[in-house]
Amino acid sequence: MIDQIDLSMVDWARAQFALTAIYHWLFVPLTLGLSFIVAIMETVYVRTGNPEWKKITKFWMILFGINFAIGIATGIILEFQFGTNWSNYSWFVGDIFGAPLAIEGIMAFFLESTFIAIMFFGWNKVSKGFHLVASWLTAIGANLSALWILVANAWMQHPVGMEFNPDTARNEMINFWEVLFSPMAVNKFLHTISNGYVIASLFVIGISAWFLLNKRHVLTAKRSILVASIFGIITSVFLAFTGDGSAYTIAQKQPMKLAAMEGLYEGRAGAGLVAFGILEPSKKPGDGKDPYLFKIEVPRLLSILGYRNANAFVPGVDNIINGGYTPWFENIPEEEKEMTYSVAQKIEKGKLAISALRDYKTASKAGDTVLAKISDQKLKENFSYFGYGYLSRPESVVPNVQLTFYSFHLMVMLGMYFILFFIVVLYFLNKGTVEKQRWLLWIALWTIPLGYLASQAGWIVAEVGRQPWVIQDLLPTIAAVSAIESASVKTTFWIFAALFTTLLIAEVMIMVRQIKTGPKDGGNK
Amino acid sequence: MTVGRKLWVIILIKLFIIFFVLKIFFFPNFLESRFQSDTEKSDYVKEQLILRE
Repeated sequence: MIDQIDLSMVDWARAQFALTAIYHWLFVPLTLGLSFIVAIMETVYVRTGNPEWKKITKFWMILFGINFAIGIATGIILEFQFGTNWSNYSWFVGDIFGAPLAIEGIMAFFLESTFIAIMFFGWNKVSKGFHLVASWLTAIGANLSALWILVANAWMQHPVGMEFNPDTARNEMINFWEVLFSPMAVNKFLHTISNGYVIASLFVIGISAWFLLNKRHVLTAKRSILVASIFGIITSVFLAFTGDGSAYTIAQKQPMKLAAMEGLYEGRAGAGLVAFGILEPSKKPGDGKDPYLFKIEVPRLLSILGYRNANAFVPGVDNIINGGYTPWFENIPEEEKEMTYSVAQKIEKGKLAISALRDYKTASKAGDTVLAKISDQKLKENFSYFGYGYLSRPESVVPNVQLTFYSFHLMVMLGMYFILFFIVVLYFLNKGTVEKQRWLLWIALWTIPLGYLASQAGWIVAEVGRQPWVIQDLLPTIAAVSAIESASVKTTFWIFAALFTTLLIAEVMIMVRQIKTGPKDGGNK
Repeated sequence: MTVGRKLWVIILIKLFIIFFVLKIFFFPNFLESRFQSDTEKSDYVKEQLILRE
């Protein structure tokens, strides 16, 4: 059966996934971070025995609960889309995704839900110590749930630990630990969860600032700011470190993404990092135009960031398309280094791999074991470039440079701002005058949405920057989608838009009402 | 209505919509709905991977 692909369906399927992922990611980071902040506050309560800390803990716990309840199952919709819109992809990765997502489900269901129940309903029913353990296990469980889906996503960016089985057309996991501990997975997990911790810290400080602006619950607010700003400064610095680690990994495994992040078309040794820049909107690969209308560059910093060497050659978009350069990261003697293939050469190899799969299928059906063995060998030799066989032209490997570049720079600028913000807040808190700095309190309130903006920008870098790949080098979007009509995808796109917007409005309304109510019984002592 | 009750209502409505409306009417599993066995599914995906070149 030959199924024709509705090309507009590819873009609608991508748009639908992007929409649902963006909405899902509005709820998750606060869960990841606020769970730990609440656990820390409850630890202070249990250690000091001060009932004021219990009230503070319970206040933030309610907000955590609101966000958690609204966000539950928003991720399931992404998995529905795998099965409906991305069936080729789902089958292709089934053995790899199956284990991490199953563990995620088990972890989320058993660990999180069990201890969340104790967290919310166990006050005065279990001992203080047991309740505290439940709060910590809720936080740990939530973060460990995130681990598995991030491992799966990291595998898409840098597929490892698997072997393609031409009989089943599936990638089979041959090394679970290689998948779990791939540098892409480790960096992605640490960077993503610390992003959640920063958002939660900004959330707590911002809302506490609102209380101070209205001269309400002053002690609660100041104590909350203390916990959140210390948590925030530590995690925001860690976020910067893990971001550096991510860029280093991306330089090695996804050089086109790094080139897009920096708007780099012509690579060079000792490449500078664009601290601020405006791209030439009409720039195309290979046209020789200056990619920037304006830029401020830090000399050599991109080479240091990407390759830990100030003189390292950083390939640009044009270099990656044309090939013929020596990758810097390989720790082998110069004379043994191999030049990179051009994309055109990779496309040829990809086509060889696909034709080998075709021959293998034919040979297997005919019972021709000799031809099957030859085809299998040819497939294995060229499998690393399998996805390139679907590309019609070399420029197809270039993602949306503008979106990737601006998202990356927005994320980094905001990240730097957050570090400065936490330092300033801590400074005034230490001086005992934070409640008098109304300018800072207003900034704190308006910094809450900036945390979310930075977070979404980061995911745009990760997912737009890897286009056209669903699985880097192995499967582009055109080969990954199901052969279904775009009409159904369009319909569900708008259903999701309506459903998630309703959920978001509901969350904001319930949160605001709860915040206006404030902590119960005091907070001003 | 208390916050807790409100949240439970939202959770239940949301889960109903997700699992009994969206999943059933809008998100059938493409391969499960067309093929019975794993062999049929793998043959189909293989064919698609080959033919989309």
